[in-house]
Amino acid sequence: MKQYETVIGLEVHVELATKTKIFCACSTAFGGEVNTHTCPVCTGMPGSLPVLNKQVVEYAMAVGLATNCKITQNCRFDRKNYFYPDNPQNYQISQLYLPICRDGKVEIETESGKKYVRIHEIHMEEDAGKLIHDDWDDCSLVDYNRSGVPLIEIVSEPDMRSADEVIAYLEKLRTTIQYLGASDCKLNEGSMRADVNLSVREVGAEEFGTRTEMKNLNSFKAIARAIENERERQIDLIESGESVVQETRRWDDTKEYSYAMRSKEDAQDYRYFPEPDLVPVIISDEWLQEVKERQPEFKEEKKARYISELGIPEYDANIITGSKRLADLFEATTKLCNQPKKVSNWLMVENMRLLKENEMEPEDITFSPANLAKLIELVEGGTINSSVAKDVFEQIFKEDIDPEKYVEEKGLKMDNDEEGLRVTIEGIVAANTQSVEDYKNGKQKAIGFLVGQTMRATQGKANPGIINKILKEILDK
Amino acid sequence: MSLTAVELGKKIKAGEISVKEAAKAALDSISKAEQDNNCYVTVVEEAAIMQRAEQVQKQIDDGILTGPLAGVPVAIKDNMCTEGLLTTCSSKILENFVPTYTAEAVVKLEKAGAVVIGKTNMDEFAMGSTTETSAYGETKNPWNTAHVPGGSSGGSCAAVAAEECHYALGSDTGGSIRQPSSFCGVVGIKPTYGTVSRYGLIAYGSSLDQIGPVAKDVTDCATILETISGFDEKDSTSVKREEYDFTSALVDEVKGMKIGIPKSYFGEGLDSEVKSAVLAAAKALEEKGAIVEEFELNLVDYAIPAYYVIASAEASSNLARFDGVKYGYRTNSQVGLHEMYKRTRSEGFGPEVKRRIMLGSFVLSSGYYDAYYLKALRTKALIKKEFDKAFENYDVILSPAAPTTAPKLGESLSDPLKMYLGDIYTISVNLAGLPGMTLPWGKDSNGLPIGVQLISNCFEEKKMIRTGFALEQTREYERCPQAAARD
Repeated sequence: MKQYETVIGLEVHVELATKTKIFCACSTAFGGEVNTHTCPVCTGMPGSLPVLNKQVVEYAMAVGLATNCKITQNCRFDRKNYFYPDNPQNYQISQLYLPICRDGKVEIETESGKKYVRIHEIHMEEDAGKLIHDDWDDCSLVDYNRSGVPLIEIVSEPDMRSADEVIAYLEKLRTTIQYLGASDCKLNEGSMRADVNLSVREVGAEEFGTRTEMKNLNSFKAIARAIENERERQIDLIESGESVVQETRRWDDTKEYSYAMRSKEDAQDYRYFPEPDLVPVIISDEWLQEVKERQPEFKEEKKARYISELGIPEYDANIITGSKRLADLFEATTKLCNQPKKVSNWLMVENMRLLKENEMEPEDITFSPANLAKLIELVEGGTINSSVAKDVFEQIFKEDIDPEKYVEEKGLKMDNDEEGLRVTIEGIVAANTQSVEDYKNGKQKAIGFLVGQTMRATQGKANPGIINKILKEILDK
Repeated sequence: MSLTAVELGKKIKAGEISVKEAAKAALDSISKAEQDNNCYVTVVEEAAIMQRAEQVQKQIDDGILTGPLAGVPVAIKDNMCTEGLLTTCSSKILENFVPTYTAEAVVKLEKAGAVVIGKTNMDEFAMGSTTETSAYGETKNPWNTAHVPGGSSGGSCAAVAAEECHYALGSDTGGSIRQPSSFCGVVGIKPTYGTVSRYGLIAYGSSLDQIGPVAKDVTDCATILETISGFDEKDSTSVKREEYDFTSALVDEVKGMKIGIPKSYFGEGLDSEVKSAVLAAAKALEEKGAIVEEFELNLVDYAIPAYYVIASAEASSNLARFDGVKYGYRTNSQVGLHEMYKRTRSEGFGPEVKRRIMLGSFVLSSGYYDAYYLKALRTKALIKKEFDKAFENYDVILSPAAPTTAPKLGESLSDPLKMYLGDIYTISVNLAGLPGMTLPWGKDSNGLPIGVQLISNCFEEKKMIRTGFALEQTREYERCPQAAARD
């Protein structure tokens, strides 16, 4: 069989985190009652006019700058004309002729190394409403709450060659955009949506193959599966002497199968023309400079700083900076307790374990840096021991409790009373002659059993250092 | 009803006429004249008008409302949204559309104490020059009901001429205020693009549409314009102007002002009686000390094609929202989505609107965009430059408003191309974003009013208003005989 190469380009839609919509003052909040975040503008009432939300331009600029794009300082909006009920004006205000950002690139890293993915353009546009099918009445209804929510569409060049590269590119975009605070980029809620343009060609071929566009990809896993599936489908077609049809396909992740939505022949003529209701967006040098100066420290710089200045291991630094939520939490907590390594440990071990157990993302974390910092101080100050600390952390993770109060109320302070402990341990040693025997016969492990017994007897509060010291004194006599 | 808006406003302020009496007089006039003229699509119910009149009266009595238009009844063209009041654009497709909000220009009038008495008839979606394309019957010219009132603001202009209201708002995309004003013997102003908010004006050609006043004289028009103009953050194309004080230009003094007459406007197709009227107006200005010169204005022939490409292109998109999904007319047949769209729009739009939607969709379609739409935009820019050049030398341009006086009913629609050519003197003003006004200047041998047009540079309405005011001082306002006969 011939060797094939997969060629992939992405169109990524990102919902921007503005409080209000792109062309009116309605709320962008997710999940409101049907048609409550609406007004004459976002429901396409006759005579209504759009007014551009400046924050949308700032976010788009910031994303463009972070992805090394050229900013179009005199850009404008165009109308994309098509009829569909979720599109109340039957045109979408978007950008075709002069998109706000062009010619960018981002560096990605996969197992096969580092490479650049070029960005063709980033443009601003409005989202459409949502159709809801009412089976009972056999009719469709429209919810315009999402109509007019601001989007940017990031269009890459066909520079990716594998699902790994696609995921790395998407993760890079997501982290970057999250660092900017421009979007939460949740694939499952639709605030980040990726359409995959994919074609295959023989290795070494100059020309691209015919591409398809895949829609409805709601998770990284779905994207990876869809890419694998589409690659196989196209290769099978070519191998069996058929040809790939340029079309839009929809991925069904539960069936792991895609089907054709519309072919190029049905492609609509969108009759784009400059939006006459909006004036051109003039981005002054000063404005551009302001946005540049406000750019945050991004993942790579942060990671380097964590390693060199705070002494965090590279692996940990990479994971913590991989999520803006984690990095923010790390920095805020470190600022309070000045123990970066301890903070990193808590985030990497116990926090990660609980996230996984509860099937949560770092974005879902609710506890405050203050309570984690207090916990660390309680441990370091010898107020509680590490096994108690784990239980307390779990309470912080779940309910953001104040560890000082909690330890006080539950009486979890470490038992440092040497005399009292000595009495307890002497009792335990007397009652476990077999273990003592084992220890004396060279079974070092037996001491662990005795420590455990002591801990149990003290409800886990005993200072493990003191237990060890006393045990050794008694046993080595 | 023969009073101008400002005159009536003064009498109301002085307590000589109550707001209710003024409103009642307008309603009486409507009830007598409407069967002849058909100026209105909707007349507000008497009870609602009286309630509003009472409210305004109280605010006048309490000294809250002190402006010149407080208590004066007004008619609004039916393409401006009015909350709770049917707004049809004279189209079947909006036969049941009651807006949830009011257009900014109307809000401003209401704040100044205006009493809205009705919504005036127009060409469907402001497409047409005769008010014959309305789905609610044509409006007739009150000077001679066998003739059209012009369009598209024919209802507003006829209502002012027939004294079925004291003043009205119209909208002007290619001459839709100025041409019917000239046909109906009243004064109309199309302000500089961006002067009056378009928020709530149901768009035809967004980059060309402007709302403006229609009234009996220049004083009224300047006063109304002063009331409705102003920067509006809801309209991105609205302009923050340095001043909105138009009434200070109501001065009878044109000495030394330079008036240009474009030679190319006096060629083929111009009715000789209209031509003489314009020249007579020029003479009147000269006699008052203005310097009047002829000059070359190029590209005149390109204005009409450029206009129809741009306006139709924008219209094809602007009117896409009328699809039967959210509001307005929906076909009765139970069909799938695309068939529903098709039938709703086929049944809901009239032939002139369909013609322009098709033309507009064509010029925007892939492969034709550059050849038509882009070229038209470039032409628009060149026309603007021509006017820039002219205004280096002249304060005001004087021209005909239309090549002829009002044609007979039914004459124009059979030949749309001829109808389009009738917009030749008004269209370039919209393309260049300039302010223009027309005012009556005599009658033709059939007794139909002739209008002359004054054009000034962007944001220089005051020069145009001043010239118009001076011209007006040389003549008496001529009442429409039909209205005078009702006294």
